[in-house]
Amino acid sequence: MSFVSRGFRGKRRDEGPSGRVPPGQYLVDDFPVLSAGPTPRTPLDQWDFVVTGAVAEPRHWTWDAFRALPSETVTKDIHCVTKWSKLDTVWEGVSVDTLLEDVESAAEYVVAFCDGGYTTNLPLEDVTDGQAWIAYGFDGEPLDPEHGGPARLLVPHLYFWKSAKWVRGLRLLDEDEPGFWESLGYHMYGDPWREQRYWGD
Amino acid sequence: MARAAVLGRLRLTPIVWQLGEVAELVDETARVKTLVLEVRDWPGHRAGQHVDVRLTAEDGYQAQRSYSIASAPEDERLAITVERLDDGEVSPYLAQELVIGDKLELRGPIGGYFVWEVEQGGPLLLVGGGSGVVPLVAMLRHRSASGASVPARLVYSARSLDDVIYRGELDRRATSDDQFELRYALTREQPAGWSGYARRVDEAILREVAYPSCEGIAFVCGPTRFVETVADGLVGVGYAPEQVRTERFGPTGG
Repeated sequence: MSFVSRGFRGKRRDEGPSGRVPPGQYLVDDFPVLSAGPTPRTPLDQWDFVVTGAVAEPRHWTWDAFRALPSETVTKDIHCVTKWSKLDTVWEGVSVDTLLEDVESAAEYVVAFCDGGYTTNLPLEDVTDGQAWIAYGFDGEPLDPEHGGPARLLVPHLYFWKSAKWVRGLRLLDEDEPGFWESLGYHMYGDPWREQRYWGD
Repeated sequence: MARAAVLGRLRLTPIVWQLGEVAELVDETARVKTLVLEVRDWPGHRAGQHVDVRLTAEDGYQAQRSYSIASAPEDERLAITVERLDDGEVSPYLAQELVIGDKLELRGPIGGYFVWEVEQGGPLLLVGGGSGVVPLVAMLRHRSASGASVPARLVYSARSLDDVIYRGELDRRATSDDQFELRYALTREQPAGWSGYARRVDEAILREVAYPSCEGIAFVCGPTRFVETVADGLVGVGYAPEQVRTERFGPTGG
């Protein structure tokens, strides 16, 4: 640690339970909102969810069919690249494992795509084995549009821009392909524990 | 291999920590200060981008926050404008503790969507709330520095006239540049005889300031509630969602 900011002591407000706040992050109690454009509002009767791309047979669910899938309630810590972390957030949604159950594919990557045109890329192995959900509930309530409702991707072990709001589908890919922020200087993978915020981190 | 090929297309440049030296401090309002920094090897930026600032205490404790760049790409030195949040950890240090000659660790530029370059054209509708005006003013500074005549309008929501950041500069621009129009919305306190807007920015205001046929690009920056209202309102008056770019500021980030 060579550089010291003259006169800086820091407030060291609640640093949280050890081992739960990644480097460079601080805790918040509220739930900040970040997005690049207006909040899309797709009526539920026009909403659907698809699994497509490098798959033998694309899958498709209407809102009702999607809500009829087995759901899980999970409690997770989330970490935004803009430095805030929020502990013990409670989500309800469908595990990505459930959506990929009958999907035949040799793909290794996935791009989540969304209303409003947002995309984000992830290795397939990061959204399977109980690591990712399509969440439609937050804190016991339907997910607010400004937080990504009706449904968003939830991948809590990566920076939160990977948890794409207003998600409408997963496109499976043989090769990795940068999403929206990943094309604009943000890290391809985004592990908060390795502080992979930007290109080259 | 595949991954390397994709990354190769992306001009992968690491964003490294650098030291800037405080060259000038400008009191903008009672709570807001501009830090003008000498940064050797600054890679350059586009108007609208931000930097990460990192503070390190003697025992190694660190805190990081993001701040919008206020200076134009054409300016010689890098400026950030910081609003002091009473409950904040980083902003009180930047706004009260730093003196000329102090060093500050930062890295950037960061962000590539909430940006405007002259080549993107216009007209430019800028809607800012509080310190959310900072990246918008960087765009106006870039517009003037490059001699562009792209029409631009700024709607600036502040609590009172005393809370308006860069007021002298903005008023001067509005007087001297007939392609630039400035409207203030003062939400809490208005001077006697105030003829500007005296309420929060709403759809009626946006209807008045929108360019004919909702041409061009709109940039909206401010606290979450403000951005949600304005972005929805712009879509309501006829802007396509892809014409509206947003960035949010809030107490979180202190």
